[in-house]
Amino acid sequence: MTVIIGAPKETGNGESRVAMTPESAVLLQKLGHECVVEAGAGALAGFSDAAYEAAGVKLVKTGAALFKAADVVAKVRPPSTAEAKRLGKGQTLISFFYPAQNKELLELCNKQGATVVAMDMVPRISRAQKMDALSSMANIAGYRAVIEAGNNFGRFFTGQVTAAGKVPPAKVLVVGAGVAGLAAIGTATSLGAIVHAFDVRPEVAEQIESMGANFVFLEFEETQDGAATGGYAAPSSPEFREKQLAKFRELAPEMDIVITTALIPGRDAPKLWTGDMVEAMKPGSVVVDLAAERGGNCDMTVPDEKVVSDNGVTIIGYTDFPSRMAAQSSTLYANNIRHMMADLTPEKDGRIVHDMGDDVIRGATVSHGGEITFPPPPPKVQAIAAKKPKEKARELTVEERRAQEVAAFRAQTRSQVALLTIGAAFLLGIGLVAPASFMQHFIVFVLAVFIGFQVIWNVSHSLHTPLMAVTNAISSIIILGALMQIGSGSFLVILLASLSIFMAGINIFGGFLVTRRMLAMFQKS
Amino acid sequence: MEFGFTTAAYVVAAVLFILSLGGLSGQESAKRAVWYGIVGMALAVLATLIGPGSGLWLLSVLLIACGGAIGVYIAQRVQMTEMPQLVAAMHSLVGLAAVFVGFNAHFELGRVLAMSDEARHALEGFAAVLAHKTAVEQSILRVELFLGIFIGAVTFTGSVIAFGKLAGKVTSKAEKLPGGHMLNAGAAALSLICLIWYFNTGGFFPLFVMTLAALFIGYHLIMGIGGADMPVVVSMLNSYSGWAAAAIGFSLGNDLLIVTGALVGSSGAILSYIMCKAMNRSFVSVILGGFGNAAGPAQAIEGEQIAIDADGVAAALNDADSIIIIPGYGMAVAQAQNAVSELTRKLRAAGKTVRFAIHPVAGRLPGHMNVLLAEAKVPYDIVLEMDEINEDFPATDVAIVIGSNDIVNPAAQEDPNSPIAGMPVLECWKAKQVFVSKRGQGTGYSGIENPLFYKENTRMFYGDAKASLDSLLPKID
Repeated sequence: MTVIIGAPKETGNGESRVAMTPESAVLLQKLGHECVVEAGAGALAGFSDAAYEAAGVKLVKTGAALFKAADVVAKVRPPSTAEAKRLGKGQTLISFFYPAQNKELLELCNKQGATVVAMDMVPRISRAQKMDALSSMANIAGYRAVIEAGNNFGRFFTGQVTAAGKVPPAKVLVVGAGVAGLAAIGTATSLGAIVHAFDVRPEVAEQIESMGANFVFLEFEETQDGAATGGYAAPSSPEFREKQLAKFRELAPEMDIVITTALIPGRDAPKLWTGDMVEAMKPGSVVVDLAAERGGNCDMTVPDEKVVSDNGVTIIGYTDFPSRMAAQSSTLYANNIRHMMADLTPEKDGRIVHDMGDDVIRGATVSHGGEITFPPPPPKVQAIAAKKPKEKARELTVEERRAQEVAAFRAQTRSQVALLTIGAAFLLGIGLVAPASFMQHFIVFVLAVFIGFQVIWNVSHSLHTPLMAVTNAISSIIILGALMQIGSGSFLVILLASLSIFMAGINIFGGFLVTRRMLAMFQKS
Repeated sequence: MEFGFTTAAYVVAAVLFILSLGGLSGQESAKRAVWYGIVGMALAVLATLIGPGSGLWLLSVLLIACGGAIGVYIAQRVQMTEMPQLVAAMHSLVGLAAVFVGFNAHFELGRVLAMSDEARHALEGFAAVLAHKTAVEQSILRVELFLGIFIGAVTFTGSVIAFGKLAGKVTSKAEKLPGGHMLNAGAAALSLICLIWYFNTGGFFPLFVMTLAALFIGYHLIMGIGGADMPVVVSMLNSYSGWAAAAIGFSLGNDLLIVTGALVGSSGAILSYIMCKAMNRSFVSVILGGFGNAAGPAQAIEGEQIAIDADGVAAALNDADSIIIIPGYGMAVAQAQNAVSELTRKLRAAGKTVRFAIHPVAGRLPGHMNVLLAEAKVPYDIVLEMDEINEDFPATDVAIVIGSNDIVNPAAQEDPNSPIAGMPVLECWKAKQVFVSKRGQGTGYSGIENPLFYKENTRMFYGDAKASLDSLLPKID
């Protein structure tokens, strides 16, 4: 039995996206599934019914018919009550769902016996990145925020010196460097603006700088460890907030464009851009509030609307940035859905295996088998490796450093003296029993070892192979022994000595020549 | 008079040898230093031929010429990638020669002691030296030559096995006979018993038994050490061959032998020390072979290895300004050094900064990578050591890892339970992008998973290093 995947036309107000594109449909069919769409579902996103048909997708006339035909319904927005009632037993719904906010809707779907996979609940682990629809939508929102800002901003982004006069570059502040914030930074820098960015998690400073923005550094003792909260920001203390707002007040008069993206999971958006900051901004400046859906980061944000403050600052509170780029966002969202389906179809044979043992599938599934499975247990693997407690390298005072140096010097002296004493005692011990002739050789030996150690430490690392070859060649000095013995009367001795001379001969010539060959290769550029 | 001349020549030779080693501190002075070594050796051999070793000198010269011809032939034919094998093979020759010379000393001693007083005075050369020894000196002589033979025999079989492993003729895995290190300990104990026995009786039998035991130790010890630990093994054998020469020098009463042996011995010892330090392991743990048991479960690795093709790598390289290449043994195996050099030349011609980061234990021989890169005409001033370049990775656009694994494993720093925890590694993951050229998804020599391959900024460039680079070259502009 093949599974039929269907995408209805979105019923939400002003929603232009669609959960399946002709391109994703082709790939879904490769997994062994069949695809249907409601007629006109992709029209607003630029995908015609003909394109769907060309990709082998069947068309159905109405939404109700689609819900009847499909085993898996893929949507963008959470279903309306009417849509939820159409779901039947064993049917699967994949869409954004926000189960924490939509408890009643969840219960309704569950009562209908449907399995619900919430795309917004996909855990944030590396393996699940390909189906992380929140990130792909946030990326678009960040990009679009800069474009909207530019649309309402009366000047260039990039600084120019033209014959008609000098144009200063626009200054952009991005608050919150999540996916949307980073996307906004990237877009704004590539348009030529000077970008500053702020985030409460100090570990993202590196990411901010890698995108080409300046990290707004806040001097504060207590900092957040993003790893503890799965990579998301957590609420900060009142003192920290005060400090943060003071910094923003300082920056406000300079900034032409402010893009706020600060969200804390499961809470209202923190108020970070207060009314007085808006007042301090220059006329013609733009504030884009990406957190408008959750009440907004800016005091003056009106969700879904563009307002102009008394001093001429435009404040944009649209909540449908991804939908404003429906072609792009539908493509990415449909790909996220397709990856989710690929995980649900492990054998690529058109059979869905809803494996609740899998971290990703378990996390995203909020209703399954007649039970509500939300909230999910914490994932088995951490999203980000826990930050190691940093060792506080305390600045040493001059006296302390001096004391340390003295101590180190003493310890060194002590170990050297100890070694020398032991060595001397050892030599004396040998000298007591060994005859003078031996001691003479022994002194030579010790001195040679000593010189050897002093000399070899200076050998450059890159010349270690030539060093081995050359020491190899000179260790054939053993030939002297054989040369001295070969004059003996015994045949056995002569034979062994001859062999030794022969082998040492190979070594001497081979060793030196190969060293020369190697050294000749080392060339300076 | 003759004796005085020989001694003078020996002094000069010893000084020349020291200068020759000291000259290796820089690439340019090294070229001169080799000549010091050659002259020193020629002087020493000549002085010995004229002086105390004048017996059968024609045969000696002939043998040296024959051996020399073979040596020249090998030195000219050997591939630079085969350098580790060659060095190991040469160590085995020194070891075997030391064993023979030691045996000879024993036979001569026996022969001289059997002679009457009058006959002794008529002796010449080495035998004469022996003849003048007192009883105590003879005992010491026995210990010395016993030691010389022991070290020489260990060096011989050890080097032969090391050669086999490096040349791929013997499995490079660590293998031990049942009984493990107890067998080695047993053989060492047997040798000790033989020493006491030989010291008291002076018979040939204990000497022979000890030789067999030492040969076994050399074989079994090196068999138990895996391929990637070979830099330590080869430098250790290098050191042993020196100590063997020094011990023989004692028994022959030859100061030049002692000096040279001591120089070589300490050189090898320092090299082994540097190599061990670079792996953050103690010498004993390397020699006893294998990795110790992990202290706890290794950190789970999250993510997947993402592959990339030549086009992707080429695009990133064309965009990059600074590039660091990290070669490893895989580059030597694939003979990819010329392709690497060509890549470097092209990138440098495009005005990019290209540098090489060399880990001390990269390859199978200390300094192995430097020699290979030099052979491929990579200028040595862009080839840097780990300590010189490690801090530069964060400011680097692209790091390319070619056939190395454990030396770029971030687990050494991040996972305290990793078997290689604490080993200094090249921090290439701090570069903006990392490409890993690797044959497949397998683990390195140590069998440790490498989290580098799963990092977000890492892309795997699968395939034989040479083939991969050759496909990459035409795409670089």
